[in-house]
Amino acid sequence: MSATASASSAPADLEARAVSKRFGAHLAVDNLSFAVARGSFFSILGPSGCGKTTLLRMIAGFIQPDGGSIAIGGRDMAGVGPNRRPVNMVFQQLALFPMMSVSENVAFGLARRGMARAERVRKAEAMLERVGLAGAGGKRTDELSGGQRQRVAIARSMVLEPTLLLLDEPLGALDLKLREHMKLELKQLQASFGTTFVYITHDQSEALVLSDHVGVMNHGHFEQLGTPQQLYYAPATPFVAGFVGNNNRVAGKALALEGALVQVGTAAGWSVRARAHGTIAVGSAVEAFIRPESAMLGRSAADFPPGQLAYTGEVLSLLFDGANSVVLLRELQSGQELRIALPQTGAYADLKVGDRIHFGFDPERAICFPAAAAHA
Amino acid sequence: MPELARAAWSRRLLLALLLAPALLWLSLLIVLPHLDLALLSFRERIAPRQFVPSLAQYRTFFTEPLYWHVFLRTALMSAGATALTLLVAFPIAWTIAKLARGRMSALLFVVCLIPFWVSETVRTLGWMILLRESGVLPQLLVHLGITAQPVELLYHDATILVGLVYTSLLFMVVPLVGSLESLDNALIEAAYDLGAKGGAILREIVIPHAAPGITAGCIVVFMLTLGNYLTPTLLGGKNSLWFTEQIYNQFITRFNWEQGAAFGFLLLALSTAMVWFGLKASGQRFSDVMRRT
Repeated sequence: MSATASASSAPADLEARAVSKRFGAHLAVDNLSFAVARGSFFSILGPSGCGKTTLLRMIAGFIQPDGGSIAIGGRDMAGVGPNRRPVNMVFQQLALFPMMSVSENVAFGLARRGMARAERVRKAEAMLERVGLAGAGGKRTDELSGGQRQRVAIARSMVLEPTLLLLDEPLGALDLKLREHMKLELKQLQASFGTTFVYITHDQSEALVLSDHVGVMNHGHFEQLGTPQQLYYAPATPFVAGFVGNNNRVAGKALALEGALVQVGTAAGWSVRARAHGTIAVGSAVEAFIRPESAMLGRSAADFPPGQLAYTGEVLSLLFDGANSVVLLRELQSGQELRIALPQTGAYADLKVGDRIHFGFDPERAICFPAAAAHA
Repeated sequence: MPELARAAWSRRLLLALLLAPALLWLSLLIVLPHLDLALLSFRERIAPRQFVPSLAQYRTFFTEPLYWHVFLRTALMSAGATALTLLVAFPIAWTIAKLARGRMSALLFVVCLIPFWVSETVRTLGWMILLRESGVLPQLLVHLGITAQPVELLYHDATILVGLVYTSLLFMVVPLVGSLESLDNALIEAAYDLGAKGGAILREIVIPHAAPGITAGCIVVFMLTLGNYLTPTLLGGKNSLWFTEQIYNQFITRFNWEQGAAFGFLLLALSTAMVWFGLKASGQRFSDVMRRT
């Protein structure tokens, strides 16, 4: 599989060609090729054990690929150690040096380049100011808050002006509120530095919010590589449809084809129409994915446009979460359970468990894959 | 209220009972004899069974060159042996703490421990069998054609150092392994990633992190070496000139307990001074270091 993460003609800062890595019988990274354009924010999104950490460590130079090549800034990196690559990394647990002050942490890499002390201190202070930590240089690292430590880790790498900054799930150790805040800050920092960021995460929301391009990784290869919008609205595989964003997964058989639409029937007798992805034969096993927010709710069957299938469901539970509130419904005839987003107008604020309600879907916004294509 | 007071009292009694064996041990076997030795060292015999308080024993130490030469030599050789032990133990500790995995690491530890299953006397006699003129190693050197005649490998300063390092190794490896195991590998990788080479990582990351363990190992090894009697005497023979040998001579051979006691206190002062100096020089606090041993 080959893909370029950028439609523009910006030169690639990172280019992987047919990279593979095997640990014993386990193929961690499987013949992976991709390119990351200069100045972009690229995320590798995948569940734990998908090989994303291995890939990142190969880019950083801590492990050598078994096959293929990695080029950074147009230069092949075979046999180049991590200390000589134009790449720096923000570690998962940050790995700030506890035996040094904040300023010494930031100046560490400069000292290794043989820069004079006065120059080093000046540059470290300037970098700390840039990440909003002016005057914190004399502090010990354990005197800082989680967010401040994060910024020191980024400053320590960015002061070396790397071609590529690698980030290994750096937000994982933070609490939810701070994580939301740091997401925003990270995006702003990347925009202001203009450095190419390669970010790995298992959190799809981090990947969608931060990235220009995302590679969704599973079992050592990319399931799909595209913009967050492409991943969300046009998933290429059932894995991506299930992993990125919330989705209702409906497994069944293709009952009939109507142009580009497939009528999917479940074993319990529920049927729904969805857009076909790839070639689907009538009678074959399929799986359909329906986004919770693509459903429409109605007080009566007459609320739906003519020709659209409408169902009646019973409210199983209400999960109120402000703008992200959802209702869990059970379709009356088949017992099919579905997760449907509540409109933000508050029109259904009076909904109670046990109520009956009508619902339907726009078949163009549901997607149906042949079940045989499932990798997971 | 009386209920509470009784609980507090019984808790104090329990604490006293728990500490009693250690306190008895300390006061009866260490503090009391040392008080007696201190009194001994500050008196002089002027006639049979007649003693007067005096500093004569300490004066003898400074006026007789042999005594303070041996004293200085013992201090320097002990410091040298400690430094050598650190150099030998560090790679071993690094291998156990960072490179070996699971069973392998435990096995290496046992390999370090095995020599201590044999008494120090037997171990040192083993060295003598290997090193004496008609011993295994000189014969092997002749056999390989490296030397024409069997050479005497015993009774050299280098032999004493080898014996002392061998005896002390475990006491350096244990605190080093402890302090290296607690070093997060990510710190080493981060330093490497920021452009550091092996030497800089060792100097800037590993040694500062392991400093309390290094200091603890050095203190223990220095004290053991300084106070060692058997190894220098057996491997160095008459030329060993180790200060503990002088103390032994005064007490046992010359029956001059006053002089022996004074020497004992001088040795105690030396080890205290060296430990204090070592802590100052490495910028460590005694309480931090002791937690590592």
